[in-house]
Amino acid sequence: MKVNFTINNQPASVDAAENEPLLWVIRDTLNMKGTKFGCGKAACGACTIHINGQAVRSCSYPAKLAEGKEITTIEGLSKGDILHPVQQAWLEEGVPQCGYCQPGFMMATAAMLKSTPNPTDENIDDQISNICRCATYYRMRKAIHRAVELTNSTS
Amino acid sequence: MNNWTSTRRDFLIKFGGGLGVLFGASLVGCGPIRRIVAGQLDGVLQPYETDKSPDIWFEITPENNIILKSPKVEMGQGLFTGLAMLAAEELDVNYEQIQVVHSSTNNGPVDPRSTGGSDSTFGLWNVLRELSATMRQMLLDNASTLMNVPANELTTKEGIVSGNRKQMTYGEIAARSTKWEVPKDTPKLKSKSSFKVIGKEVARTDLRPKVTGDPIYGLDAHLPEMLYGMVVRKPSVDTEFVSADVSRAKKIPGVVIIVQEEDFVGVVATSKTAAINAHAAIDAKWKVNKIWQQTEIEEKIKVGKGKAYVIQKEGNAENILDDDENVLKFEYTSPIGAHAQLEPNGALADYKDGKVDIYMSTQVAKITQDEVAKRLNIDTENVNVITTFLGGGFGRRLHTPNAMQAAVLSKAIGKPVHCFFSRKEEFQNDMFRPPTHHVLRAKLTSDGILEALEHQVSSGTVAFGSPFIPGFAEAALGADFGAWRGGLINYSAVPNYQAVSWKVELPFATSWWRGLGLMANTFAIESFMDEVAIAAKKDPIEFRLAQIKNDKEGSRLIKVIEATRDKSGWGKALPEDHFHGFACSTDAQTPVAQVAEVSVIDGEIKVHKVTCAIDPGIAINPDGIRSQCEGGIIMGMSATMFEKMTIKDSVIEQTIYGPYKMALIKHAPKEIDVVILENSDKPSGVGEPPIGPIGAAIANAVFAATGKRLRNLPLTEELEKHDG
Repeated sequence: MKVNFTINNQPASVDAAENEPLLWVIRDTLNMKGTKFGCGKAACGACTIHINGQAVRSCSYPAKLAEGKEITTIEGLSKGDILHPVQQAWLEEGVPQCGYCQPGFMMATAAMLKSTPNPTDENIDDQISNICRCATYYRMRKAIHRAVELTNSTS
Repeated sequence: MNNWTSTRRDFLIKFGGGLGVLFGASLVGCGPIRRIVAGQLDGVLQPYETDKSPDIWFEITPENNIILKSPKVEMGQGLFTGLAMLAAEELDVNYEQIQVVHSSTNNGPVDPRSTGGSDSTFGLWNVLRELSATMRQMLLDNASTLMNVPANELTTKEGIVSGNRKQMTYGEIAARSTKWEVPKDTPKLKSKSSFKVIGKEVARTDLRPKVTGDPIYGLDAHLPEMLYGMVVRKPSVDTEFVSADVSRAKKIPGVVIIVQEEDFVGVVATSKTAAINAHAAIDAKWKVNKIWQQTEIEEKIKVGKGKAYVIQKEGNAENILDDDENVLKFEYTSPIGAHAQLEPNGALADYKDGKVDIYMSTQVAKITQDEVAKRLNIDTENVNVITTFLGGGFGRRLHTPNAMQAAVLSKAIGKPVHCFFSRKEEFQNDMFRPPTHHVLRAKLTSDGILEALEHQVSSGTVAFGSPFIPGFAEAALGADFGAWRGGLINYSAVPNYQAVSWKVELPFATSWWRGLGLMANTFAIESFMDEVAIAAKKDPIEFRLAQIKNDKEGSRLIKVIEATRDKSGWGKALPEDHFHGFACSTDAQTPVAQVAEVSVIDGEIKVHKVTCAIDPGIAINPDGIRSQCEGGIIMGMSATMFEKMTIKDSVIEQTIYGPYKMALIKHAPKEIDVVILENSDKPSGVGEPPIGPIGAAIANAVFAATGKRLRNLPLTEELEKHDG
């Protein structure tokens, strides 16, 4: 079936199978590889994207439900070469090791900061449930707080 | 020292301006081409002749950047940053001018073994600096001719040669050189005191592509007309493939071909969805050799069963401990563990006209190449393994038969095929961390000093059976050196001590996992040392310090213990309900000591702070070392507090994150304080050593908090059992 949506501010019209997850449409049909496949069961968060501004685990989101929606992936988080404050904070704190899960974490964090602009450590603990095997959580927490500073200093 | 004996005729090819322009341009651009080549330099240059020729390792671009092709892979450990620093030091360039990429097997130095064991930096420490110094000398010699200035009047800085008021960049020299002469003698390397780059606080060189989501991993590889493949993988342990009925699968829309081989069946389809649907519709027949239960596995892994090998012996511990009824004796266990790396295994194979390209995350590119060549019955040079950045390694990518399967599928259909594991297959077909059982015995003198100490460990195999370990190793060595890694006794002042490794055959594959036996063995030894110290009524740290000889190795361990003690505030007042636990270990020639600050409230273990002292000999990139310590500590927390795989009716019960419980951000300590000591004249391993002590440090703190001694991993489950 045809599905039409906006992705990173660009219109897209794709063919999707009945049970096709949005993740495969993004990665394979649109060839945007920043959104990662980790588990396929919404258990790890590596595939987190924004749909109408909400964090969604795209491996378990049927593509057909994306009709008419606005999607943002890690590729669309930055504005050209200007990194999003979350990406900038991740860079400054030197968070990534293998880096594979990091787009999902950054997307989850960016969505959290929209609804919770000044998160406490408890907010972070409650809202960020992605998995990082390199266990870069220590720097992630610092980077989340740093992203808040960067956001507040530019707004 | 002298590795360069002759002029290399083909040298100019490697420095060819055209190639440099091509690659330099694609690096500078931000488009998708850059992303594809970011980890891959394929087919541009000649195959390597020797892994020590500088022309194999480097390319110089006209933009005056230097491409360094690494035979070791970047899987998160920060290796590429360290290598850039080593090369920059001797080349006299900024480390940002060095672009480190993976060698492919047809382009660049090839490691015949593997990346792992925390030995990459150590192994390249001299080689890479010598290569870099040699290349700098060659650039100087050519600059001398081009600039008409004697070489000894030229200086180098930031990739620019200067002399007699003239300047040339390395890029200009490379572009204008037609001949290269390898110097007879390797130039003298800089001394530690004159390092300008090594030891500096620098940011990782791969941060930018990793925060922008560039397609740099094996699963991101994408080719035109690419199809998607899945192989049916065994659903249970001790099970063999027999045959498959594919009649239902054939009818699934999007299926292009189903390939039936003697040892596997695979499907190729036009999309992942079609591949997954068809894969689920294949009715495979399996021969289950025996139905296994968890209790049977635990029964097999017992000290006293299987074959025993004494791996360390000083004095006569066994007799002393056998003859005394009052010895302290406790047992410890660790469960089966999963790698659980976030990027599932997979490979993109592109077979054409008797040649095949393999794009994948592998820790053993050469082995992967050999396996593919053997299966397709083609020469190895017709297989090019293009290694990408790895979405986690941890030992999981030391076994890569999936490359061969992808190649078979690609050959069958004549198009590129991207093969991938589902997460369930990833868990079910992991090369598990083996379960272990440990028996520790000790005898104290009346003064509370150790007279005898013994560690016995029973484990499934780790090293033996791996494709890059020679088959004769098992017969020659007996004990599995992977299984007993971390199991030796470092308390060298004890007059009588020994370590014994029991080797057990398990009905499933067990293999390398970050640190190998280090985490389980250190948990057992260091938990026991805590118990013995308490029995001796001694402070656990002072008790340990008294049992270590102050020799070359011992003194490094003593210093990290003392640093951790002092920095953590050991013995001083802590916040209410907080308690300290200590543990230490030496791995890959790197001693590490850790103090965990823990509370146990309402049955929940919370790790608030970890203080960690590490001595990697020479700290090349201190920030990278801290990063590895932080990650290793939390990964070790995850594995020792939560993780456990179990088997029921031969089936692995945990096949997804969640049921395989791992640490999340909420479990991470709010503070990790890393102290770096440098008490050696060469660097030693950093990737694995920090994972050693954390389990015992937490368990020892839990004992301090509750009086409950947790001797079985994972700790949270064990505490629940105690709390009943």
